[in-house]
Amino acid sequence: MNSTTAQANGHERIVLQAEDVWKSYDEGTITVLKGVNFKAVEGQTVALCGPSGCGKSTLLHLFGGLDEPDRGSLSVNNIEINRHRDRLSLLRHEVGFVFQLHNLIPDLTLAENCLIPTVAAGIDHKTAQARLRQLTDRTGLSHRLNHRIQKLSGGERQRTALCRALMNKPKILLADEPTGSLDEQSSTTIFELLLDLVATEGVTLVMATHDRNLAQRCNRLVEMRDGRIHESENAR
Amino acid sequence: MIFLKLILTNLRRHRIRSFISVAGIAFSVAAMLTVVTILQGAIGMFSGILSSDSEIIVFERNVSDLFFSNVPAAAVNEIASWPMVLHADPVLFGVVSSADHPIITCFGVTAGDARIRKATWIAGDRRTFAQHADDVVLGERAAEFLGAQMGSHVPIGHGVFHVIGILKTANGFEDGGVFMPLSSAQSFFHKDGMSSVITVKLRNRDDATSFKNAVKTKYASLIALEDAEFNHSYSQFRILKATAWAVGGCGLILGGLGVANTMIMSVFTRIREIAILRVNGFSSMQIAAMIFGESAVVSLLGAVLGLLTGTCLLLILKLVPALHGYVDVTIQPVVMLIVVLLALITGIAGALYPAIYAMRIRAVEALRFE
Repeated sequence: MNSTTAQANGHERIVLQAEDVWKSYDEGTITVLKGVNFKAVEGQTVALCGPSGCGKSTLLHLFGGLDEPDRGSLSVNNIEINRHRDRLSLLRHEVGFVFQLHNLIPDLTLAENCLIPTVAAGIDHKTAQARLRQLTDRTGLSHRLNHRIQKLSGGERQRTALCRALMNKPKILLADEPTGSLDEQSSTTIFELLLDLVATEGVTLVMATHDRNLAQRCNRLVEMRDGRIHESENAR
Repeated sequence: MIFLKLILTNLRRHRIRSFISVAGIAFSVAAMLTVVTILQGAIGMFSGILSSDSEIIVFERNVSDLFFSNVPAAAVNEIASWPMVLHADPVLFGVVSSADHPIITCFGVTAGDARIRKATWIAGDRRTFAQHADDVVLGERAAEFLGAQMGSHVPIGHGVFHVIGILKTANGFEDGGVFMPLSSAQSFFHKDGMSSVITVKLRNRDDATSFKNAVKTKYASLIALEDAEFNHSYSQFRILKATAWAVGGCGLILGGLGVANTMIMSVFTRIREIAILRVNGFSSMQIAAMIFGESAVVSLLGAVLGLLTGTCLLLILKLVPALHGYVDVTIQPVVMLIVVLLALITGIAGALYPAIYAMRIRAVEALRFE
C-alpha cells in the first residue's frame, strides 16, 4: 500500500500537518511559503525536492519549531505548535533534527554531543547511556565515543548528528540536506543508514534534498516550487 | 554532568578571559574582606577601650565623636558615689602628633583606671602613676616608635614628658597610646575639669536600666549606654562600617561589570552553539541556567581566591611593625558569608543581561551565524 492511499484511506495517523502556512522574511518583502498544505503519516519517508529558495528548509524549520509561521496552522503529533512560545523544548521528544552541516559542539566528545538532547529532556544517565550505546553500535561509532568532534571525519560527524537526533526516540526526523556536505560515497552510506534507522525505529522522515536519486528512494516525493507544494507522488 | 561540562568547557575555552573575570571578583572580595575586617577590628579595639572593666559608658548627648564629648567632674564624682555603682572611671581622649607620627592617642586616666591596672607593665611601677604632672606611661608600641625608654623624656605635642612606665596591652590603640594623669591631660588639652567619658561598672548588672534612667533624669546633657548599645548606635562606628561596606561594594560592582563583560562575550561568541542546544531541546530556561552557572562558577572561584588573597593580605598587614596591634586579622564568619554571597549576587546580576540575550536567540537565524 502506498502512502497516498494510506492517507486517503485514513488508516494511518497523520503526524505532521501544515494548513495554509505562510512565511515571509524581511518584514514581508520576501515571501518564502505561500499557503502550504502538507501532511505526513506515521512511518512515512518523505523527500522534499525543489530548487534553492523554494521553501523546503523553511518548512522543515517550521515543523521543527525553529521558526514560526506568519499565518496558518502547524501540528506535530497532534500538538498544534504555532501557539507555543517554547516550541523547541516542547518538541524535544517529538522531533529530531539533522542538518547539512552537522552542527555538533566541537569541544565536546562524540558521546557528549549525542547526550545533549537527553540532558535537555532530563533523561536519566543510565537510560541515556544505554540508548547511546545502541545507536552508536548501529552507526558504527562505538569505538569513537570519547573522541572529540575535530578528530572525526565528515561522515562520522554526520552519523554522530544522526545519533544525536534519535537519542530521545523522536517520532519524527527532519533532515535538511543531510548528505549535502558529503562526497558521493559517504552520502550514499549515510542515506542508507538513515533509511535503515528510520525503518527500525519506526520514525517518520521528512528530508529536504536536491539529490533526486536519494529522493527517489523515499516513500513519497513532494515537489516544492516558489513557496508552494506543486505535486506529491510516490517515489517508489 | 554534561550540563556542568558545557559550563566549564566555555570557561576553559577562553582561559585568559575567564581568569581576568575571576581575578576581578577576587580582588573585589579581597578588598571588601580586608577593608571590612580592618575597620571592624578598629571598631572592636576602640569599643574594647571603652568597655575595659565596665559595662556602661556615659558621655555627652548628641556628640558625633567622643573626642568632642565633655563630661564635668561633678558628674563623675556624683555618679561614682551612687550605691549601684562599683566604680566610675573618667577618661579624657586626646590626639597629638610628634615628629614622624601624625596621630598619637592620649588617654587621660586616674591611677585606679582598669587600663592602668590590668595592663602588663614591662617597665615601671603602677603605683608611681599620676604622682607628677609631666609623667606619662607609654604603650609598648608607642615607646617603640617614639624611641623612648623608661626614664627618658619625650616630646609629645607641645610638651615634653617623663616616661615613668611602659605597658603592654592587647589593644592596638592602647598599645600605641600615651597614658597621662587625668589632671595633666585636662590641662594639656585645655579641658579643665572635664573628661570625655565615664566608664561605669555596676555592682549588679541588672541595675543598668535604673542607672541609665538616673543619668537621664539627673543630667539632661549626658547619655548612658550599655556597651552593646553604644557599639550599635555610635555614629562614628556606623560611618566606619558603612564606609567599609561601601568601598567593598564599589569593588564588587566593578567585579560584577567584569563578569557581565565576560558573560556578554561568552554569549556573543557562541550564539551558534546556543542555537544548537536549543535545537536539541534545551529550553530557554536551561540556556539561562547555563549562563548563570558560568557566572556562578566565576564568582565562586573569585570569592575563594579573594578570601585567600584577603586573608594573606591581612596577615601581611599584621606583620607590618607600624600597624602592629591595629590590624585584627580575625575574620568573622558572618563577614565571610556576606562577602561570598555578595560576590555570587554580583556575578548573577552581571549575567542577567547576557542570559536574557541568550534566551532570546532565534535558533533558525543563529544556525546561519558563523
